[in-house]
Amino acid sequence: MSFLSYLISGISLGSVYAIIALGYTMVYGIARMLNFAHGDIIMVGGFAIFTMVSTLGMAPLVGIVTAVAVCTLLGVTIEFVAYRPLRGASSLAVLITAIGVSYLLQNLALLIFGSNARQFTSVVTVPGIKLAGGRLSISGETIVTIIVCIVIMAALTAFINKTRIGQAMLAVSEDRGAATLMGINVNRTIAITFAIGSALAAIAGALLCSTYPSLTPYTGSMPGIKAFVAAVFGGIGSIPGALLGGIILGVVENLSKAYISSQLSDAIVFSMLIVILLVRPTGILGKKINEKV
Amino acid sequence: MKAKKNKILIQNGITYAMVILFWAVVQMLSAGGHISSLMKGLLVPLCIYAILAVSLNLTVGILGELSLGHAGFMCVGAFTGAFLTRCLEAALPSVGLRFFLALITGSAVAGIFGILIGIPVLRLKGDYLAIVTLAFGEIIKNLINVMFIGRDSRGFHFSIKDSLSLGLEDGGTVIVKGAQGITGTPRAATFTIGILLLLLTLVIVLNLINSRSGRAIMAIRDNRIAAESIGINITKYKLMAFSISAALAGMAGVLYAHSLATLAATSANFGYNKSIMILVFVVLGGLGNIRGSVIAAIVLTALPELLRGLNDYRMLIYAVVLIVMMLFNSSPKAIELRSVVMDKIRHKQSGSAAKEA
Amino acid sequence: MAMLEAKNLGISFGGLKAVDNFNMTIEKGELYGLIGPNGAGKTTVFNLLTGVYKPDLGTIHLDGRNITGKKTIEINQAGIARTFQNIRLFKELSVLDNVKAGLHNHHPYSTLEGIFRLPRYYKVEREMNERAMELLKVFDLDGEYDYKASNLPYGKQRKLEIARALATDPKLLLLDEPAAGMNPNETAELMETIRFVREEFDMTILLIEHDMKLVSGICEKLTVLNFGQVLTQGETSEVLNDKRVITAYLGE
Repeated sequence: MSFLSYLISGISLGSVYAIIALGYTMVYGIARMLNFAHGDIIMVGGFAIFTMVSTLGMAPLVGIVTAVAVCTLLGVTIEFVAYRPLRGASSLAVLITAIGVSYLLQNLALLIFGSNARQFTSVVTVPGIKLAGGRLSISGETIVTIIVCIVIMAALTAFINKTRIGQAMLAVSEDRGAATLMGINVNRTIAITFAIGSALAAIAGALLCSTYPSLTPYTGSMPGIKAFVAAVFGGIGSIPGALLGGIILGVVENLSKAYISSQLSDAIVFSMLIVILLVRPTGILGKKINEKV
Repeated sequence: MKAKKNKILIQNGITYAMVILFWAVVQMLSAGGHISSLMKGLLVPLCIYAILAVSLNLTVGILGELSLGHAGFMCVGAFTGAFLTRCLEAALPSVGLRFFLALITGSAVAGIFGILIGIPVLRLKGDYLAIVTLAFGEIIKNLINVMFIGRDSRGFHFSIKDSLSLGLEDGGTVIVKGAQGITGTPRAATFTIGILLLLLTLVIVLNLINSRSGRAIMAIRDNRIAAESIGINITKYKLMAFSISAALAGMAGVLYAHSLATLAATSANFGYNKSIMILVFVVLGGLGNIRGSVIAAIVLTALPELLRGLNDYRMLIYAVVLIVMMLFNSSPKAIELRSVVMDKIRHKQSGSAAKEA
Repeated sequence: MAMLEAKNLGISFGGLKAVDNFNMTIEKGELYGLIGPNGAGKTTVFNLLTGVYKPDLGTIHLDGRNITGKKTIEINQAGIARTFQNIRLFKELSVLDNVKAGLHNHHPYSTLEGIFRLPRYYKVEREMNERAMELLKVFDLDGEYDYKASNLPYGKQRKLEIARALATDPKLLLLDEPAAGMNPNETAELMETIRFVREEFDMTILLIEHDMKLVSGICEKLTVLNFGQVLTQGETSEVLNDKRVITAYLGE
């Protein structure tokens, strides 16, 4: 029974990873860059909710809406100021800039909120349930996280397949040059991608902090990196891959925490990344890209 | 031809002279009692960060691959060195000799880790390589945190649980204590040793760059496909740069271990944020600019201590400068703008030169 | 024995036959042209010959030695050097160092000898400098030896690429559109240089080119590629008068 409980909380953690991984995978697929600062957007989302709900006493829903708005704006701004001028520059330059942005967000938060952990009040009001005569209890946060993840996946898949903007995203990720010739505004498409990714990061922040209620300026960075691992694991650029990678990662992390060693769980997760990249560099559901000579 | 060779000699000479001058000035100031105890505590770290920055520049600036696991190699070197120094306590009473052996062993083991990690990792490109090196750094840190090694009359004992499960006899000692790390390493690192090691690092890296192998490494950075087409062994030279960089980071780690009473593999010491901080030094000093790395590491480590009031904003300023520098140096528009400006200046110069003629 | 013998080469990408049943024999010392409309598969042939792609079918012999399926590095060491359609210089390195990089395998000393500046370092570096300057002189680049490669004007960048390829001491030199982007004067000068290289280095040269004046001016033999297949091959004058070639270029 305890195994089942670990498994379910692993799926819940994995769902958060999957939502964050979506942001990575979409940005990587469309803008061909690793947005290292994506994890810190989660943290910004967390602090936005914290400020609205715990400091100003607003309703949790207001907090979430504010966080989504703040993060979306932040994501688009970062793209416009820091990444857009570097389009066409080496991937090394872009990645270092992204690391700079991540550094900036963390230290800005450090300056405003300090380094002490803040107690985050859960935004989930759904009660938990007890199954199997009370031996298996599932928290409200777990239930909500898993449901939200499923809804987001479905909505995003529909958005990409059914809307013009979604199709434009697909086109840009296939071939940026050809997309431009087809009259697609590449810059706008990339900006929209950042907006969606960052909005999802805000939601991930709300869910993550509700389950693990300690909030610091560094809260987002490790989950961010793990979510990138999840995105690579599932196959970068692939939405089902992000879901698959996220869930696998969450489950492995939770089970190894429970059965092997809580100190080694990160090492195990990262080892999985290395193994998958060596065996199948494009991830489970990824496509191969060839370099043109 | 001669002129160019001399230019390189002069440039490298300036770098060495700068480091030696820095040492001399510090020695003089400290003899006159003009250096605060706070600043004294910073002297060895200055050397450590300078070595780390120079060695990371070899991977990032010269080889052109982004490694975010530099602190991991430093960690390997630090623990190998400290472990060796502790183990030889009875056999070799001379601290200096033990420290010397520790430096060699620590660098060698970090270098071997560099090769072992480099073989699979260097097949990957760009962003993947960055994230995998980050992962390796974290794995190394995590593994050391659960590692217990003890010794008694029967030999070494190893566990990943706790000190008790080592099953040591009475009188046995626990050398590596998991998250508590290694204690009791002699604090043998001095500023002079640090400067000597920094000079050694500079000799190795600068001479490597200006040699056949260095040319091959930079050729791979500039154009892998062309480098292959002229018969340069990509894997060999990538691995060479990566492992030399790792070995030098390991050496810095040994120095670090011998400047502390307690060595623990915490995130603050060896986490990826440390790797990123070293990367900040490298980028601010200029990618591929070795002297810049030394200056950036020294200034950025010493400055906040000298200007205490700025400390809260220090990291923020680093971040902003980092972003602005990348935009200025790498954005296609900025590059174009600069070349237009340079052309104008050149035209003016040649114009006035023509007039004179 | 032929310098290069490609037999029945074929490769497909995703079901599309990029090159099919490709045969070509180049004798030692020949100046050979590979022409054809855009997308005919000319660069793919170069990539097959230099090991960038492995052929699905067929064999390649260089000077009697089977080099089919070998790696790019091994093929370069066996004696094929090339230039690229989109110039691929080591752009942060100096002009001299670009050529010295090409000398890499012919003037060796170990990394340790380099780091510790042992006598062999100075000796071999001196040899390399002399050899590299000789090569630069051939292309009239010796005055710019300490320029950064990316700061050279376009035409000189193309020449530097040829110098770098020659530095690897090849038996066969592949030039991928050497005159692309050059004005008529530069092209005429390049033709002279190519002829000179052939005489001076006793070189066998295969080149891809669109400039018909250059092709008819210096190539002795031609192979015309169309839709990945050999349309015709033979003496330059015969090939260029072939009706099918004219049709392939101008359309029906």
